Amino acid sequence: MSTAAGLDATALRADFPILDREVHGRPLVYLDSAATSQKPASVLDAMDAYYRETNANVHRGVYELAAEATERYEAGRAAVARLVNAPIEGTVFAKNASEAINLVAWAWGVRELKPGDEILVTEMEHHSNIVPWHLVAKITGARVRFAPVTPGGELDMDGFREMLGPRTRMVSVVHVSNVLGTINPVAEITRAAHEQGALVLVDGSQSVPHMPVDLAAIGCDFLAFTGHKMLGPTGIGVLAAKPEVLDRMEPFLGGGEMIRDVTVEGASWNDLPWKFEAGTPPIAESVGLGAAAEYLMDVGMENVRAHERDLAAHTIAALEEVEGVTIFGPTDPERRGGAVSFTLEGFHPHDIAQIVDREGVCIRAGHHCAKPLMRVLGVGATARASTYLYNRDEEIDVLVRALGTVRSFMGGPGA
Amino acid sequence: MPGLDDLYQELILDHYRTQRGRGNLEPHSVAVDQNNPLCGDQIHLELLIEDGRITGLGHTGEGCSISQSSTSMMSEVLPGLTLEEALELVEHFRLVMHSKEEGDEDRLGDAIALEGVAKYPVRVKCALLGWMAAKDAIQTYQGNGGD
Repeated sequence: MSTAAGLDATALRADFPILDREVHGRPLVYLDSAATSQKPASVLDAMDAYYRETNANVHRGVYELAAEATERYEAGRAAVARLVNAPIEGTVFAKNASEAINLVAWAWGVRELKPGDEILVTEMEHHSNIVPWHLVAKITGARVRFAPVTPGGELDMDGFREMLGPRTRMVSVVHVSNVLGTINPVAEITRAAHEQGALVLVDGSQSVPHMPVDLAAIGCDFLAFTGHKMLGPTGIGVLAAKPEVLDRMEPFLGGGEMIRDVTVEGASWNDLPWKFEAGTPPIAESVGLGAAAEYLMDVGMENVRAHERDLAAHTIAALEEVEGVTIFGPTDPERRGGAVSFTLEGFHPHDIAQIVDREGVCIRAGHHCAKPLMRVLGVGATARASTYLYNRDEEIDVLVRALGTVRSFMGGPGA
Repeated sequence: MPGLDDLYQELILDHYRTQRGRGNLEPHSVAVDQNNPLCGDQIHLELLIEDGRITGLGHTGEGCSISQSSTSMMSEVLPGLTLEEALELVEHFRLVMHSKEEGDEDRLGDAIALEGVAKYPVRVKCALLGWMAAKDAIQTYQGNGGD
């Protein structure tokens, strides 16, 4: 699958059944992995085998089948923890990254924040790392502040440091922007935030799938990410955290599984990580996510990163050749991931995405759930091509050729 | 590709290129803003209402070809209608977009060309943007005690 020399995307593609299909009679060109990734057969098979062979509810059953189900569920957790170098007891499953962030906002924020406290995010956050903080700010009287983004689409670190102060209780920052592709210096941010006594949450939704991410090396308190963007299934996300921080927190959701004892007066809590997993958890999804993590570790995250850096370089160079294209975010592939947002002068991104779909090309158009960033960029919407380990330069070239047809097809103000 | 020529037929592209009713309207009786949270499209719509009838319409804003052409087509059919007739027409267009009614060409005018949009659920909101703004404008006007 991989070698020290890197990653062979053409060989890897054989592992992804969907990549064989056609759309409108053309080979599928899937350039929307920042929205969700495709799944290798190993993930599909693992989930299928779980349901066919070992399905049972986890943890409490005394019979063999339940023991096997529990073992597979927890093996998924162990694989994910290994991928991001997190302690197993600090690796909590949630529904998705949004729920993982909400867990911190509600379990920590509502109890700990006071009027005058500040939550520092950035202008390049996804709504999922803004709205939970707005919600708890409204309840607690705390304030959400936004560190600025430079015209080049990078975090303004001077502006960030100016906003960081003794009032800052939480710094919640995206690792890699889903719009700009920008890679933020999260270790540096964490150090600066910790000096001020703030906790740090890193939104790793766009980093964990695409590059080596090491929770211990970053040093942050929380790392949120989601399964379906990293070759795994929907319905499962992860909050990887420092156990000592989780220990100080009350539970988020209450129900079965998360308790040690329940009386008519109240309850006491289960050990980590189960204290934060109320109800029957996403069992098959953990099995699938574990298989996804194993797949990524087999390929090697350094190899994934190198491949996508090269793809980003090709994407930017190819798009720059198209008349009327404006690219947002860093153009240096060392400083960015494989999500490349652009506009085509005179044409709305929705129309662009609809027309390139004719050629089998899947790209996203819209505000990408980052409306504050759209306002900073001065656009209502962008088109976005985003890559993963299974993409090849040829697919970018199909996109670029399809972009050439937009002008002739639409005519209009941009023609 | 099946359907795409439906979505981007010449009449629609013509309204996109040369938008009717484009611009601000002075004086006007009511003005509203409508956004499509899905794609960030926005429209600012102004209506002049006299004796219970729409007598003028102006729109500005930005959006995709579907939202812009749909608003352009709407601006050709709403003026002259009473507020009740206009609300009925907006509702008819909404139902056509959701494939719940056959389009009435006599009332919809060029907007009949948008029937094919119903096959593209994501774009239905684009087509409805201007019409929902018109509904909002009329109801705002009525709520403010306009005649």
